[in-house]
Amino acid sequence: MSATSATRTWKRPALISNPKWRWAIWIGAGVYLAFAFGTLEINWARLQEGLPRGQRFLASFFPPDFGSRADSILDGILESLWMTVTSTVIGVMISIPVGLGAARNLAPRPIYLLCRGVVAIARTFPEVILAIFFVKLFGFGPFAGFLALSVGTVGFYAKLLAEDIEDMDPVPPEAVLATGASWFQWLNYAVQPQVIPRMIGLAVYRLDINFRESAVVGIVGGGGIGATLLTAFDRYEFDSAAAILLIIIAIVMAVEYSSGFVRRWVQ
Amino acid sequence: MPVRHDKDIPIWRRRTTARKWGVWGLWLLGTAIFVYCWQLISDKTIWMFVWDAPTQAADLASRMSPPKWGYMSELWRPLWDTLNIATLGTLLAILLAVPVAFCAARNTTPSALLVRPLALFIIVGSRSINSLIWALMLVTIIGPGVFAGVIAIGLRSVGFVAKLLYEAIEEIDPDQVEAITATGANGPQRVAYGIVPQILPAFAGISVFRWDINIRESTVLGLVGAGGIGLQLDASISTLAWTQVSLILLVILATVVVSEWVSATIRHAMI
Repeated sequence: MSATSATRTWKRPALISNPKWRWAIWIGAGVYLAFAFGTLEINWARLQEGLPRGQRFLASFFPPDFGSRADSILDGILESLWMTVTSTVIGVMISIPVGLGAARNLAPRPIYLLCRGVVAIARTFPEVILAIFFVKLFGFGPFAGFLALSVGTVGFYAKLLAEDIEDMDPVPPEAVLATGASWFQWLNYAVQPQVIPRMIGLAVYRLDINFRESAVVGIVGGGGIGATLLTAFDRYEFDSAAAILLIIIAIVMAVEYSSGFVRRWVQ
Repeated sequence: MPVRHDKDIPIWRRRTTARKWGVWGLWLLGTAIFVYCWQLISDKTIWMFVWDAPTQAADLASRMSPPKWGYMSELWRPLWDTLNIATLGTLLAILLAVPVAFCAARNTTPSALLVRPLALFIIVGSRSINSLIWALMLVTIIGPGVFAGVIAIGLRSVGFVAKLLYEAIEEIDPDQVEAITATGANGPQRVAYGIVPQILPAFAGISVFRWDINIRESTVLGLVGAGGIGLQLDASISTLAWTQVSLILLVILATVVVSEWVSATIRHAMI
């Protein structure tokens, strides 16, 4: 130990090791934030006016009103649940061929590009925008919402399926191929067992997402609980809105718990 | 290994008989549920409109093309607003999510009996309600505009960021924290030197990932009045200005693709 080393102090290593980059990012972030807050245009007067309304909304959670709109709430929730189930099933069914095609180690180049394109387009637009167009094309009601959710499911599920197939262990497929298996046998006995546990988990997860999204497509006319919720807000019936939100949270929690259970069971 | 004997010749099978029937039963149950749900949706659908859809689609496509490029000059400001909603909303979410995550992680929570369930409830509550519904609520409370959008995105993202972050905190290597404790560090120092460096990469990755999702979500918040490009989309659809709609959709497509690329590049650079 030399004398100078005694005066050395230790400093924590930074996340971005290059100091130039670090400073550039900090300064850039500062400039951006200044601009962003400058253009935010917060209307403080309107904010103050709304606060009592916010209090009323929070207060209406104790107790929420399940009773007075029970019929339409029940109707909306059930419709949301049907849409969730059907769109997940159909979406997953469409995802399987698309996902197989979008896996680089399985599909020939042109099919790979085509399927990746389908996935990219399905993923880009939020379900709500899809729902707007499907309502336009197919009329109001749960069918439009169902289609929007199905397309969203394809974008999500096919992508993850393709990535899972690309990541699989290549040895078992080779072994099965060496036994003289046909393409479908190869798929069924070598590829499918490797991806199925994770894919079942993801399907249940997507069921959960689809239920949450089904609450939203209703806002643009795609059926489900969203329409009921929008009406409750428009009429300032906050106690009914609170009831709907609590039901949504409860169902999501139930699905999430059971999905955790299912995932542990299949793995 | 399940084996079937056919005249004393063992034949390999994938599943035992009981399992096979179990799988078959699950398929039957699933199919029955699906058919039932489909039946109910089908009852609520006016099939005439569905069969009519291809004509409608062709009609709509002809009305949407070509995109009205001149409208672009009016879209820059909403686009900037959309970007701000996503970015500021993500920042807000991060600020709120960090304490929640530390309260929710089993190894850092101040009280596993009281605080942890509360934190977990915040996470589930925030995650179960879509940002559009948050926006719907906030627009009634604090009025339409970008600010409602920022808060909506923030509240929706708290659950997501906090959930992934608390899972990262639970997965840290306890040896390092123990080593820091052995030097005589107190609580905050333990967190700063033992836990934070371990979760920082995950934290940065989660934030960028959520930002990318938020860009996508903030494009539609305008539908309920919470600012951003969705406002223009809603207005154009209501006035049947389909050439503007197609331009807006193209802009959204481009924004989402760019944000996804940015997020992927940053995450790739960090990992």
